[in-house]
Amino acid sequence: MRPPPLLEVDGLTMRFGGLSAVSDLSFSAGQGEITAVIGPNGAGKTTLFNCITGFYRPQVGRLSLHHPDGAALRLERMADHVIARKARVARTFQNIRLFPKMSVLENLIVAQHRVLMAASVFSLAGLLGLGRYRRAERAAIDLARHWLDRTGLTAFADVEAGSLPYGHQRRLEIARAMCTRPLLLCLDEPAAGLNPRESGDLNHLLQGIRDEEKIGLLLIEHDMSVVMGISDRVVVLDHGSLIAEGSPAEVRGNPAVIRAYLGEPDEPAAVLGGEG
Amino acid sequence: MAAALSPPLIRSAALAAVVAALLALPLMGVRLVDSSSGLSLAGRPDLVAWAAGGVFCGRLLIDLFRRWIADFSIRLPLPPPPPDWTRFAVGWGLALFALVLPFLPFADRNLVDKATMVLIYIMLGWGLNIVVGLAGLLDLGFVAFYAVGAYSYALLSLTFGLSFWVCLPLAGLFAAVFGIALGFPVLRLRGDYLAIVTLGFGEIIRIVLQNWQDLTGGPIGISGIERPSLFGLSFKAVPPEGQTSFAEFFGLDYSADHRVIFLYFLILILALATNLFTLRIRRLPVGRAWEALREDEIACRSLGINPTTIKLSAFALGAMFAGFAGSFFATRQGFISPESFTFIESAMILAIVVLGGMGSQIGIVLAALLLVGLPEWFRDLQMYRMLAFGAAMVLIMLWKPSGLLSSRAPTIRLGGRA
Repeated sequence: MRPPPLLEVDGLTMRFGGLSAVSDLSFSAGQGEITAVIGPNGAGKTTLFNCITGFYRPQVGRLSLHHPDGAALRLERMADHVIARKARVARTFQNIRLFPKMSVLENLIVAQHRVLMAASVFSLAGLLGLGRYRRAERAAIDLARHWLDRTGLTAFADVEAGSLPYGHQRRLEIARAMCTRPLLLCLDEPAAGLNPRESGDLNHLLQGIRDEEKIGLLLIEHDMSVVMGISDRVVVLDHGSLIAEGSPAEVRGNPAVIRAYLGEPDEPAAVLGGEG
Repeated sequence: MAAALSPPLIRSAALAAVVAALLALPLMGVRLVDSSSGLSLAGRPDLVAWAAGGVFCGRLLIDLFRRWIADFSIRLPLPPPPPDWTRFAVGWGLALFALVLPFLPFADRNLVDKATMVLIYIMLGWGLNIVVGLAGLLDLGFVAFYAVGAYSYALLSLTFGLSFWVCLPLAGLFAAVFGIALGFPVLRLRGDYLAIVTLGFGEIIRIVLQNWQDLTGGPIGISGIERPSLFGLSFKAVPPEGQTSFAEFFGLDYSADHRVIFLYFLILILALATNLFTLRIRRLPVGRAWEALREDEIACRSLGINPTTIKLSAFALGAMFAGFAGSFFATRQGFISPESFTFIESAMILAIVVLGGMGSQIGIVLAALLLVGLPEWFRDLQMYRMLAFGAAMVLIMLWKPSGLLSSRAPTIRLGGRA
């Protein structure tokens, strides 16, 4: 039997007052795959992300995350920080949210709060300076160093995160999310504001994460070179509903997708005539 | 200076004078005169001229002053942040100085007393620094926890006859419980809203203390609070039955100074303990989570940090140190009343933290010396105190908007040493 997909979204509906940002949406994202969520502005992509990561609570629908050990977690029932901690879903933000006054390394250490907190017995053992905590902290630094190396930020480890250039901040946010050891990494427009070279590096980084960490990646992206270049599957939303799903090549040729992005073809009379 | 009086300055002053004249004409320029033929209007052109002239000169002076300030701040380059070792050296130097202060030749009882007062505020500042500086939760009612600590000790000691050393941890505990009690309702608030609620909380505590006559004695307060002893050695001239006095035990002549010096060392130890605790916890997961929470709460939640527990721990620990300081205050004064726990105290402690540079431990020491120490030494100039306060605040806002010492050292470096 095939194992269930990592993330299963089933009949998800999220309404804000009378406005349905996402309505009856179902799709799945697999482990070891990059799933891109695309769609015009206002299609409900970020709302979907906020539902998956618990920042919004959907009115209808099921969000199941299947861990490799067989446990199935229902994300729509969990608070945001519980999703990050127990379900191991990490995310980045459309407008970068680092801890700007803290150093780059500190940003990555804070991401390992859960592990360090347990090792320090709610900071009591740490207060006494016991060896157990010091070992855990060394391990945390090693993991942070690993991701600093991967994102090319090692030289900036002790610099204030807020003083980094924009592209570096984007990469740092990904490194910070990876330091939580997630099973599913949700990236909200990771290539926004990057130049072509940086965007190429990003593709490389994301493919590396997929192939080496074997985790699922879910990304919202407008930059088609990223979407077509690295994603294994593409999910297209428009007005909160799914209009296409499939490999990048399939989606590229799908007439519904072209319509959503470019508008109706310029022959409404013929369509009306056909219906009449 | 001649070059400074350029045409644009004159023009802006003249414009202001014209506006002033127009305004002054109806406001000051006419007067009702009671003449034989009934009421009539009389002009007062001299007043209008004075108003216009005053505004002209005032405007000119303000412009010149602005220009001068601008020049001045350009000429004052911001000093680079001091390297870590100076911070370290200054810290230890100050601690050492504080340790030998009572034995220095110029130290009399008066000086030690004032130093004790300053140390209370330093300790309160360090306690509040956990809440405001590290966790970024603006607390305007911090004095409430100070009051809880003071009344805890006073009531426990008078009602159950418990000694200071038993009451000290209890007072801290009670204050921490109040910290959590305040924390729960304000978990979702930030910034201005949080400040208002905490302000209200501080006032509620004070008003309860003032009105709950049966328990707290109301506005009369509580007097005759037990003084602390050193391992059972009393500092009284005539020790109570079954106790030895400090002077007897060490074969010294009795002197009231002994107690003053003892109290000084007591608060010094309490304050240093607060400081060491803060320095240490900054490098632990909780401390880092506090700072992360201050920077971005949403990012914290996305990393699996539960903001509720982190905020409550900050409130509880900050309140605990205020509770310790409060019970020390009660035992030092021997008398407490709600008068000692007014809003102005909260504002003072907050001013110390903000002036010192949020999150900076040594900055708080400097700010406490400035705000509490200087006014104590220059009591003769008391009437200018608020004036100096205002001027100091304006100067700080102009030149050091983020406090005296605002540079932040990372809690961990890639080499492993922080």
